[in-house]
Amino acid sequence: MTNGKLHFEDFTPERAFPLGPLTVSAEEIIEFASEYDPQPMHLSEEAGKASILGGLAASGWHTSALHMRMTIDSFLLNSTCEGAPGVDFMDWKKPVLAGDTLSGQAVVLEARTLRSKPGIGLIRMRSKVDNQRGETVCVLEQAIMFRMRAVQETAP
Amino acid sequence: MRMAELNTVGTRLEVGTMEFTADSIIGFARKFDPQPFHLDAEAAKDFVFGGLCASGWQSAAGWMKTFLAYWTKECIRLHKQGIAPPKLGPSPGFRKLQWLKPVYAGDRITYYTTLLNSRELASRPGVWLNSTLNEGVNQNGETVIRFESSVLEFT
Repeated sequence: MTNGKLHFEDFTPERAFPLGPLTVSAEEIIEFASEYDPQPMHLSEEAGKASILGGLAASGWHTSALHMRMTIDSFLLNSTCEGAPGVDFMDWKKPVLAGDTLSGQAVVLEARTLRSKPGIGLIRMRSKVDNQRGETVCVLEQAIMFRMRAVQETAP
Repeated sequence: MRMAELNTVGTRLEVGTMEFTADSIIGFARKFDPQPFHLDAEAAKDFVFGGLCASGWQSAAGWMKTFLAYWTKECIRLHKQGIAPPKLGPSPGFRKLQWLKPVYAGDRITYYTTLLNSRELASRPGVWLNSTLNEGVNQNGETVIRFESSVLEFT
């Protein structure tokens, strides 16, 4: 069932995975914000323009979720992912505005086995996401857990 | 009024509770994080989580949702007392986010925020950077999420 999927062993340091392109619409920005972050600059173009964000802008948490989606589509859904313990940091460097197209890269920083969880390894990755104007909108470093290939193949 | 005058550094505030229904977990996951353990209770049994649980990004967004509802009420309360509420601006990001326990379908997460420090930006007088510790605790008293975020404040 997991044949062909990316395992812990495949996430070698410096390996890079492309992210996006992914375009975010005004409707999606408003839908997310209505549920989780209903501030005026995330709900209307007029209020966004009047704010220091300069236009209808995605909630930072929406940007985080869009980054998640890009990692899903790039490599996570085709992997033995067992969840994530956390995020070292995430910087929202520029607003993500309605109509923006995001793309970027996730690079493996380090990979290590976990004594506490046999058969599972932990990798740390750094992602950088830019908009279509070449401006970096977010940077983050996070840890993700994956099942190992070696243990699975020798398991009874 | 500045934030640090309203809530002193180190004071932990309860901001609200969000219930994570199976429907809301699946709805969020379909859009942003369609991994089997966020979509299907049966499929989740094959993973370490063992049950349908929320995307970590939904439990983080839940903090924003509950904080904003709290803050809106707080601003109304202050206005009624003739006090100008602190003017909060955008957030440059967060750090040290830990997903400590899964948030399972049916869990009720109560969120908290604690002001850690507040400093005026040397480069932009009149603009302050506030750092807060934010936490989510489930109905069994287990902390499920914790992170530090920063937010600008204008004076």
